[in-house]
Amino acid sequence: MAADAHSLWASLAWGDSGYGDEFVKGIGTTLFISFSGYAIGASIGMLGAWAKLCHIKALNRTAEVYTTVVRSLPELLLIFLIFYAGTRALVSLLVMLGVAGQGFDINPFAAVITALGLIYGAYLTDVLRGGIQAVPKGQIEAAKAFGMHGSKRFVRIIFPQMIRYAIPGLGNQWLNITKDSAYVSVVAAVGEIMSVGRGAANTTHHPIFYFGATAGVFMALSGASMFLFSRLEKRANRGVRRV
Amino acid sequence: MKFDPYYMITVVMPQLIAAVPLTLFLTFASSIIGNLLAVPVAVARLSPSPLLSLPARAFIFTMRGTPLLIQLYFVYYGLGQVFPRWVMQDMPFLRDGLWYALFAFSINTAGYTGEILRGAIMAVPHGEIEAGRAFGMNRRQVFFRITLPRAVRICLPAMSTETVLLLKATSIASLVTVYEVMGTATTIRVDTYRVYDTLIGAGIVYFVIVYGMTRTLNWLERRLNKDRMPVSANPPRLASDQGIV
Repeated sequence: MAADAHSLWASLAWGDSGYGDEFVKGIGTTLFISFSGYAIGASIGMLGAWAKLCHIKALNRTAEVYTTVVRSLPELLLIFLIFYAGTRALVSLLVMLGVAGQGFDINPFAAVITALGLIYGAYLTDVLRGGIQAVPKGQIEAAKAFGMHGSKRFVRIIFPQMIRYAIPGLGNQWLNITKDSAYVSVVAAVGEIMSVGRGAANTTHHPIFYFGATAGVFMALSGASMFLFSRLEKRANRGVRRV
Repeated sequence: MKFDPYYMITVVMPQLIAAVPLTLFLTFASSIIGNLLAVPVAVARLSPSPLLSLPARAFIFTMRGTPLLIQLYFVYYGLGQVFPRWVMQDMPFLRDGLWYALFAFSINTAGYTGEILRGAIMAVPHGEIEAGRAFGMNRRQVFFRITLPRAVRICLPAMSTETVLLLKATSIASLVTVYEVMGTATTIRVDTYRVYDTLIGAGIVYFVIVYGMTRTLNWLERRLNKDRMPVSANPPRLASDQGIV
């Protein structure tokens, strides 16, 4: 083993002879998948938080069912469900409606991003709902007393404070989605870090080295994300007095 | 292939339900081992000596900063590289993916719970520790009789959340040939090409176990913390709360 340690490190070289460039591209792909999924999830989360807090019973219940179901199913199963069953159902629906032709297929990239977005929509719903609920009631009453309408109240009073309260939760979910992007490698090798590491480990028969390298890349990513979110948290709390 | 509820209930579900004990075994076994390992991890993390706290910190960061899937693959595929083939073939434990999954889940839990426990140990009221010292307990006695029981109680809600997350995470054991609920569903799916029946069936099974477990853990938490619950389930609201919302 010691003899080929040098060639192992050399195999992380850039270009055709090594996996270095694949790993770096993999980081980009992982970030792209995670970020897109997170953006979809955050949009669903805002809608979901609103649905949970509004005064329409049917919407409350729908949002509750969505978050309960998604949060109690394993992420891997949800990715399977959306990637295999979901896309298939969608394709047959589109073909039936005549929108798409017989050979129509859904881009695996789009499918995995949608899957992550739908999963994280549920988690972010609860994070954002918690943030909204943490905004002191008196401030909302004050905004009403000033004659602010619903949307103005939201943009000026609720949203800025909600973000501040939600940042720790948002950061945790971001860390989770980057790690859960590894599950994507099970359904489709779209070139994110985990697929690269797995491919390299299988081809070269050096699982310890390549899974170790993959783990190292993920740790760097997590470390950077943690740093970023702690900075964001500090910045968001800059006007708040420490008690 | 169309979704066929009859096939799902009569053919798929019985096989999935038969796999539930394995999923529960994986969950509870690795939860128990992992939570026990979390105690030394948390203690080392809080140690004033960097010789102990730095490795603990690195361990916790590795477990929390990398996907569980990599940890599992690292253990499962990595061990075969360390040991020669004849060792791998003759050892019954080393041939079965279950033990690798158990190991990976246990150390992962040790990392996550270790960090939770660290926070809980720090949250133990100082007066209680001082009271223990005043009673003439030595450091070991104070830790095992006062700090640890109190810390476990403090972090119980977080630990039960972890257990539910672990139950869901055991589904990835299916990727190293363990036939728990997810593995069984995948096997049937691959054999029969029935995508909807198997995946929806597995979803129902997981939903029921997770829901049942959440309820049980909540009940347990309430029971264990009975002495510190508010007297009334609905504390009287202040008049000022009942105005305009």
